[in-house]
Amino acid sequence: MVVLIPLAKIAIAISILLFIVTYLVYFERKISAWIQDRIGPNRVGPYGLLQSPADVLKLFFKEDIVPSAATKFVHSLAPVISLTVAMSTYAVIPFGPDIEIFGQKVRLIVADVDVGILFILAFASIGVYGLTLSGWASNNKYSLLGGLRSSAQMISYELSMGISVVGVLILAGSLRIYDIINSQQGWMWNAFIQPIGFITFVVAAFAETNRLPFDLPEAEPELVGGYHTEYSSLKFAMFFLAEYANMIIASCLITTLYLGGWHLPFIDSATLSYGLMPLISVMIFVAKVLFLLFFFIWVRWSIPRFRYDQLMNLGWKVMLPLSLLNLMWVALLVYFFKI
Amino acid sequence: MFNNLAENFYMIEQYIPLILAILVALLFSLFLLKASSLFGPQKPNVEKLTTYESGMEPIRTARERFSVKFYIIAMLFIIFDIEVVFLYPWAVNLKILEDKLGFFIIAEMFVFILILLVGYIYLLKKGALKWD
Repeated sequence: MVVLIPLAKIAIAISILLFIVTYLVYFERKISAWIQDRIGPNRVGPYGLLQSPADVLKLFFKEDIVPSAATKFVHSLAPVISLTVAMSTYAVIPFGPDIEIFGQKVRLIVADVDVGILFILAFASIGVYGLTLSGWASNNKYSLLGGLRSSAQMISYELSMGISVVGVLILAGSLRIYDIINSQQGWMWNAFIQPIGFITFVVAAFAETNRLPFDLPEAEPELVGGYHTEYSSLKFAMFFLAEYANMIIASCLITTLYLGGWHLPFIDSATLSYGLMPLISVMIFVAKVLFLLFFFIWVRWSIPRFRYDQLMNLGWKVMLPLSLLNLMWVALLVYFFKI
Repeated sequence: MFNNLAENFYMIEQYIPLILAILVALLFSLFLLKASSLFGPQKPNVEKLTTYESGMEPIRTARERFSVKFYIIAMLFIIFDIEVVFLYPWAVNLKILEDKLGFFIIAEMFVFILILLVGYIYLLKKGALKWD
């Protein structure tokens, strides 16, 4: 039982994750088309709905090219690191309150560990290796530059991300994500209490997921494809999958840390364990995550890419002091208002 | 003694699902890695396997020296990240400690951050974060 129940949860969670990734790609293409006044994919299936599954199938039957100059083992290792990291961090994120199935209490989380946040930050750091190693192993100038840029960018923004989280930890008094969500009932969303921390965290999340305006590692006009220039077939798909999975996890994290998880100001959380309420709270959580995903796409098609020195300046000279300021703000709030 | 043991077992038990999740993710990635050479055609030739350089003949390798800036950023990251890790236990216990110790516990961390800021200002003045 110790193994079976988690395995069942993992199977369900991974299928949901893969399903969302597939349709996230579809909606990204559709929304970008609408923003640019195009139609977007509309050939495969009704409204182009089968476009993404078709693309995945196509990638399965593409030739896997490993350049002769590349370091073979590391070239294969890099996508494995990226994808493993991206597909295991979901495990510590709860997406609803406890529910009852057949009289058994079920927690809507795969692994309810007491260092949830720490685990996510640690694994996000390992993810940097995937990009850096892929850039180095390809032995291609574009890849190397992309890998270098991505590693420098990700570690720079990880700092402000880590410091922003400290503000949340002060108010929750715990690293467990359940406790963090439950500390934000009613109007006590962290986004309202510590707006600076919220903004720095969201910006850092964009940088960590390599999304525009921070997608310098793969800036297509100057670096072709960046770190995945020399990858084809399913190895390319693995990077792609990892990127979109990271986006989903980042949205979940923003929701749990700053937007109150499944809490809404006007819905009384005391009644959450009865009848339909668990279902409604899961829907609230999913709605917030979907909105954030839309926000990711929206920003991508609204804001141009940074220049590299601007990116580093923003990270070290704006985000870092701001997140420290947020930390002091929260500490003073605790002292003066005892929240 | 036994009580302690049971507690330790709980500590480990909560990580079993996490380890399973990582294993499943690893197996999934390895499956995709294997599948990439399983289904597709395998017709390599010299031209196809050369390094991509916008259609030109590749000039030397990519394994050359690159800007020292990246090393500096990496070193700075290590320093600051360790400081961030020091903040975590303080943050988690702040509310409890604040009840007992009052402003002292907050002032402590402000002093810590101040020391961090001195180093940060030194970096700025040294131009370690200048990109041009």
